[in-house]
Amino acid sequence: MMQETLIPKLGVVTDIRIDTPDVKTFRVVGLDGKKVFDHMPGQCAMLSIPGVGEAMFSITSSPTNTEFMEFSIKKCGCLTNWLHAMDVGQQITIRGPYGRPFPVETELKGKNLFFIAGGIGLAPLRSVINYVRDNRQNYGKIKILYGSRSKQDLVDYHEILDEWMADDNVEVYLTIDRPQDDWDGHVGFVPNYVKEIDLDLDYNVLVCGPPVMIKFTLANLKELGFQETQVYTTMELRMKCGVGKCGRCNIGNKYVCKDGPVFRFDELDQLPNEY
Amino acid sequence: MKKLPVSKIQELFAAIRAQQTLYIPTDDASGQARYLPWQEGMELTHALNTVRSAKDFFFPQTENLVEFKLKGKEIEIIDSRTEQDDFVIFGVRACDARSFTILDKVFLIDPIDTYYKNRREHGTVVTLACTQPEETCFCTTFGIDPADPEGDAACWIAGDSLYLKARTEKGEKLLSALDNLLADADEGEIAAQQKATRDIAQKLPFAKLNLAGFNGENLNKLFDSKKWPELSEACLGCGTCTFVCPTCQCYDIRDFDTGHGVKRFRCWDSCMYSDFTLMAHGNSRNSQVERFRQRFMHKLVYFPANNEGEYGCVGCGRCLAKCPISMNIVKVAKALEGEVQ
Repeated sequence: MMQETLIPKLGVVTDIRIDTPDVKTFRVVGLDGKKVFDHMPGQCAMLSIPGVGEAMFSITSSPTNTEFMEFSIKKCGCLTNWLHAMDVGQQITIRGPYGRPFPVETELKGKNLFFIAGGIGLAPLRSVINYVRDNRQNYGKIKILYGSRSKQDLVDYHEILDEWMADDNVEVYLTIDRPQDDWDGHVGFVPNYVKEIDLDLDYNVLVCGPPVMIKFTLANLKELGFQETQVYTTMELRMKCGVGKCGRCNIGNKYVCKDGPVFRFDELDQLPNEY
Repeated sequence: MKKLPVSKIQELFAAIRAQQTLYIPTDDASGQARYLPWQEGMELTHALNTVRSAKDFFFPQTENLVEFKLKGKEIEIIDSRTEQDDFVIFGVRACDARSFTILDKVFLIDPIDTYYKNRREHGTVVTLACTQPEETCFCTTFGIDPADPEGDAACWIAGDSLYLKARTEKGEKLLSALDNLLADADEGEIAAQQKATRDIAQKLPFAKLNLAGFNGENLNKLFDSKKWPELSEACLGCGTCTFVCPTCQCYDIRDFDTGHGVKRFRCWDSCMYSDFTLMAHGNSRNSQVERFRQRFMHKLVYFPANNEGEYGCVGCGRCLAKCPISMNIVKVAKALEGEVQ
């Protein structure tokens, strides 16, 4: 019989990293120890524990990681609570990859890139950031602005410190919402910090975070002189099938699972404001 | 074209049944018209159409997708699909026949839904031309001719004869297997009846529903219409329209713990329900206005925008007959007409 997209494959969780009080990063491989499938940055996968639920998650690891996939997942619902409670060695089901990735090999190639992430919004961007770092010769300057509620809520903090900030070819700006004793970095909300960074207008911007952060960040970018055609984001709506058939993740006539999740803001601008 | 005396229709059914399962629209014990597997003596209903649409044959209300066995940290995936037997659906109306080709545009585009495809490949659709379209019918709005239905084979009952015409390879195969029952006929023999049907259809109250401008170009204008709150005000959110609709294809996927394992099934879902788009962090369609708008925008604007102008409605009239508050796609289309013209 034909391979059916709704029938998942098996994966096994080989590592669980505690990132923040409510975010863990899960490393997943197939039962043969290899990657279950290849993907492009920004694409997603359906993860499930049978009997608990199935949901769409962005693939956090870069396609250049040939050994395993990673998913940074925030505990916020039924399935994610279960995932947070499981131990290494647990099998899960996985299907994908789904969706339109960031255009890293087309529109974004050769460009200066400015990544803006808030909270768990770093999860999908981390895939792009590490893909771009691993293919450094294909891109211009790279700036990363990442903010969170507190120092403890910064996802991938150690990778940011040890790898991104140690990389001379990448500029990293971190911020947290409120001052705290063990933090001597920037304090303030992401959208405001965007305006403080010395930035040419020839950057393409990739932004992901809570809707309110995205809204104010976009407004401030426009104020600085950026065009909507330069700014990309990745959307999240309720999904069941992942292939544009179950009918719930649409914004206008576009399905986020299939036509997204990555959209340019000039594309979103043409769609109804229902997300 | 072939024909046989209507008095011999039971022989025809028996001959089809001898080869494969046959479903016909018949009156059930409660007097409702529905498709049932034909058994000796079962008669065609006199109702114009079945209460439920015919989409169940290819997209059943519930179906198992896959099963799992769980043992400690281990999971076993069991593909429990079985081969589908061949079947014939007799007496499908032109509207429902069109709904299949609309569903094809969802389920048979890449990536193909193999559950649907499997059923579609094994089913032969025999349509039956209408002779008495009703006041709720508006199939002609969508370019459907109730006197000349699509399908693998089409039938007409005119005078004392049942006329049959194959339209596809599957239809040819079916009719050639019934050849000893059938005599040759001329298309001219059904012309008068076709004309009579078309004349009735033209005079129906909603025959000339104006959908000009309901396309992708006016997507935002229609979405932003101020009429939605008023149109949806009385909507109960019961989802009846979506369940009787032959083209509504939204589905849910859920798991059922059998005590011995987990069955993952899909079932019809409805955009009219509040949990349709509910996520852990919120709901993209929080109010019934938004959910109501989604249903009609999908059928009248989004679907045609993605499918070369084809609407996601066939004018069968079931939602007109069944909505408890008498709101329906015709009223919505008429109310929005002024927004784009």
